[in-house]
Parts: sequence; C-alpha cells; structure tokens
Amino acid sequence: MTRRIGFLGLAVWILASIGALAQGAVVGLSLSTLNNPFFVALRDGALQAAQKAGIRLIVLDAQDRVDKQVADIEDLIQRRVRVLLVNPTDSAAVVPAIQRANRAGIPVITVDRAAAGGQIAFHIASDNVAGGRMAAEYICQQLLKGRGKVVELEGIPGTSAARDRGQGFNAYLKEKCPGITVVARQTANFDRAQGLSVMENILQAQREIDAVFAHNDEMALGALQAIKASGRKIPVVGFDATPDAVKAVQACEMAATVAQQPQEMGRIAVEKAVELIRGTKPPAKTQFIPVPLKLVTNSACKW
Amino acid sequence: MLWARFGPSLLSRYGLLWALGFLILALSLLSPYFLSTANLLNVLRQVSINAILALGMTVVILKGGIDLSVGSLLALAGALAAGFALSGFPPPLAMGLGVGIAVALGTLQGLLVAYAGLPPFIVTLAGLTAFRGLTLVYTDGRPITGLPDPFLFLGNGTLLGIPVPVMVMLSFLLLTHFLLQNTALGRYLYAIGGNEEAARLSGVPVARIKVFAYAYSGLAAGLAALVLTGRLNSAQPTAGTGFELDAIAAAVVGGTSLAGGRGTAWGTFLGALIIGVLNNGMNLLNVSSFYQLIAKGAVIVLALLVDRLVRRR
Repeated sequence: MTRRIGFLGLAVWILASIGALAQGAVVGLSLSTLNNPFFVALRDGALQAAQKAGIRLIVLDAQDRVDKQVADIEDLIQRRVRVLLVNPTDSAAVVPAIQRANRAGIPVITVDRAAAGGQIAFHIASDNVAGGRMAAEYICQQLLKGRGKVVELEGIPGTSAARDRGQGFNAYLKEKCPGITVVARQTANFDRAQGLSVMENILQAQREIDAVFAHNDEMALGALQAIKASGRKIPVVGFDATPDAVKAVQACEMAATVAQQPQEMGRIAVEKAVELIRGTKPPAKTQFIPVPLKLVTNSACKW
Repeated sequence: MLWARFGPSLLSRYGLLWALGFLILALSLLSPYFLSTANLLNVLRQVSINAILALGMTVVILKGGIDLSVGSLLALAGALAAGFALSGFPPPLAMGLGVGIAVALGTLQGLLVAYAGLPPFIVTLAGLTAFRGLTLVYTDGRPITGLPDPFLFLGNGTLLGIPVPVMVMLSFLLLTHFLLQNTALGRYLYAIGGNEEAARLSGVPVARIKVFAYAYSGLAAGLAALVLTGRLNSAQPTAGTGFELDAIAAAVVGGTSLAGGRGTAWGTFLGALIIGVLNNGMNLLNVSSFYQLIAKGAVIVLALLVDRLVRRR
C-alpha cells in the first residue's frame, strides 16, 4: 500500500514540477475566462509585452466564476506579485479581493471591466457604451435607413459589458432612431451555442427581422448559423471582432463587428505595470486609459 | 477526549491524510510561498464554501440520494438575504430568512423525493434550474450590492486571527460529524443508504429521514450563501454555478460512496481540502489554467483509486 501512495505522491510531484519551471514571475494577471478568443488575445498581448520588457507574468483563469477569481487573486497576493492586473468577472464581487491587494501594498490595474471599489491605479478598457452606440448607428443609418425591426442578443445578465453595450445601443435607438423597434431582446450569455438556440427560437416567433445586434461575436456567430439554417438573410452585427467574426464580415456573412482591441489592452496593461515596477508613482485617482474601438465592415457586401 | 471521539474516523481515512500530506510536502518544496500561515489560512478560507456544501451533500449521498440544486439554492438564498437586508430588515434577521428559505426549499425537494417517490437526481435537477430562474427573476440579473457590514464580516472578517468563513466551516463540520456519529438520526442515514428496505423493515422512519437529509443540504446551501455573499461583498445572480459538482467531487474524494451508506464528515472535509490545496498550489506555481483542469480531474481519479486499493486490503 505504501508503494501505491508513493505513486500518488510521485504523480502530484510531476504535475507540480511542470509548474515549477515557470517560477519567478513578478506580475499577476487574473482573467475572467480563457474560454473566449477575446481574452486569449488579451493574454497574448500581455505575454508579448511581458517578454519584451523582460518580466514574468502569471496568468490565472477564473473560468467565469466570481468565487474562483477571488481565490485566484488571493493566491497571487500570497505569491507576492509586484503588480496585479485584474480583468474582473464581476465589478462588485471582485472588490474585497482588490482591497486585500491594496492592504498588501500591491498596485492594481483593471483591464476591460472595471471594479466597483478598492484603489485602482489604472483602468484600461474600451468604452462599451460608445461601442453599443456605434453598432446602433450603423444599423440605423447604414443598414436600415432609419426604419425596421431589430433583435438584440444580450450578454450574461449582470455583467457590465452586457449592461453597457445594451445601454449604448438602446439609448442611441431611442434618441436618434425612433423608426427602429427592438422586437426581441433575449440573453444568450455571450455563448455561441446559446446564440444559436436562442436565435432559432426568435426566428420561429418573429416573421419580420431586419437586423440582429449581438453583445459579442460568439453569440453573433451562433445567431448567424440559425439564420443560415432558416434560409433567411438578415444582417448581423457583433462585438469584439474576434478572428472568426472578422472572417465572416470579409465573406459578407456578417454585416459588421465592433472591434475592441484586446491585444492592445493586454499590451498597455503590462506596460503600465512595468512603469509602476520601475518606480513611477501610481496616480492618486484611477486613471482611465481608453483603448480605441473601430467598426469592422466590408463595403463590397450588399445588405 | 477529542482523540477518542475523532481519532478513529481520522485513522480510517489515513489514505486521504497521506495524499494530503504528500501534496502539502510537494508544494512546500516547490513554492516558497505555499507554507506560510497567511497562505494556509488563505486556503482554508477558499475551501470553506465548498466544504460546507460538500458536508450537506455528504448527508444526502449517505442516504443514497444526490442534491444537484445546491449551487442554485446558494445563489437564491444569498440574493434573498441581501435583498431583505437592503429592504430594511436587520442584517441577522435577513440572513436568518435567507437560510430559512433555503432549508424550506430543501425540505420541499425532500418531500418530493420521500413522499412522491420521484428520483432525487431529477427533483434536484429541476431545483437547479428553477432556483436559478427564481434568482434571476428576483435580482433582475443584476448583482445586489451595498450590503451592510455584518455580511462583509461573515465573508472577510477574522475572529481571534481565524477567518470567519473558516469558523463557520469548522462549526458545520463538527455539527455534521456529531450528527452522523452520535445521533440515532445519523445511524438511520447510514442504514437507509446501506439497504433501504432492511432499514424500513427494522422500523427506521425512512421517509422522514430522507426529508431531513435534503433540508440539511438546504441548510448547508444557506450557510455557504452567507459566506459567499460576504466574500464577494455582493449577491451575484450567477453565483454558485457548478458548485454542486465541486461538492460532489469533495465528498467522493473524501471516501463517500455514491451508492450510499458509506462516508464521513471528516473524509469529506479532507476531500475538500485536497482539492483546495491543489488549486492554490497550482496557482502559486503558475500552472497553465488549462492543465489545472486536467490535474484536478487526475487527482479525483487517483484519490478514488487509492481509496479503492486501501479498502480492498
């Protein structure tokens, strides 16, 4: 029996040794999820910048679980990272963990989503409200010429990205585009499979749909599948400009996607962290560093 | 005296203690950050929610059932407690109401299993879906924030240098241990899990004990909800997603048999600790998060294999 327990110890040892190779990191990055190309791009941008600056980066993935993120951040604090980069799963839930980092004297930089409290040196993000407005403006002015019926696929309820994009989108329609009505507004949780099934249901219920706005590209691509299968042709506007979505826009399958630049976000976050490590004092109040958005369209397509 | 009470069950779980020991030894050697009081308290605090849920789950599994609803029930109880507190109830009453409703909904599921004869898997699967829906309706999909201090204290405070969530977890562990080992109720649970028909024939009030098991799991979900709400300084509509599987994993790694009739509170606690220590260690060592999932799966299977081999002797 002792030998068998020895086996278990050995196995654990080997697993742990894989990680030991990566020791010596100084900056921690706690991401909400890596099960989404957007955050993978963010991580890649951060890793490249870290390599260039000659620092080590520990990347932890909260798998979209608020409680895991709190634990991840606590672990990074125990690991004594010099700067903490956080991409919150939820603005409010992350606050106690950030306060713990503050107490440990570790400067905190938030990326993409903001935190609702704690001391944050920099907040690096694109303006999601502006992005939502951008999508609404495109649908209203370019696609539908001010009149039509629109479906909105919402992100995970309660996330600030879903709130802000929806807010910008609907505010624009209300203020500038009274001829457009949102005939269906459903959540598909930022998920492609759910985007597919939710859109299938909406297609059953709505005979007339002139355009779809999805809070992210994963849902947009899912919706696109549903629309293709139904044999209808409806322009879809997504958000994030993931590689798949950009390809779909180039192929005239999707009308547009609002491009955030996650790789830039990761890069800027690490560069700010490096500044802090090299002795720059963190600003007294959180400094917002906007990462520009742009609309990706294809003028060769006819909608 | 403590040893007389807890020693034997600890010894019977020595396979797990060895596994945990090796894990701690390996991590201490590999990471200079692992073996510090601050980090060990950190691990205990992180483990507390899963351990509480897993203890409730153990009671249900012991009698041959399963409770898939705990994650959603946790979200609902947390949201209700937070909502009550914000609408003017004194915080302790709001917390009590949240936990009370979790116990009531657990009882309801128990009634459906015990008296309507529905399969536990289906009843609690329905609970998992319905309670999540209720939570989203109640919160309108938004987190509830701005909670009064007692919530924060439950999640992030310390008492005599020990984090409050750890205190809650240890109290619940002792309660569950006492219940299982020192009361007739506990023995009945084992009896039902071992052979329900035999238990019935020997006069065990099977239906009532079953209802109790689900109510107890509801209590665990309620307590865990208070800790999590405090830890997150907010009640999250999506809180607790997937927690039921973590709780089942902790119970099973801890030697609880999914067939019922076998398992202890201490074993489950050790199971939760092994999973928690592993998560913490891999984070400290910067193991890629994708490999972390594989390692977690491997450890669950390894722990089961070791357990099986130890028992075969």
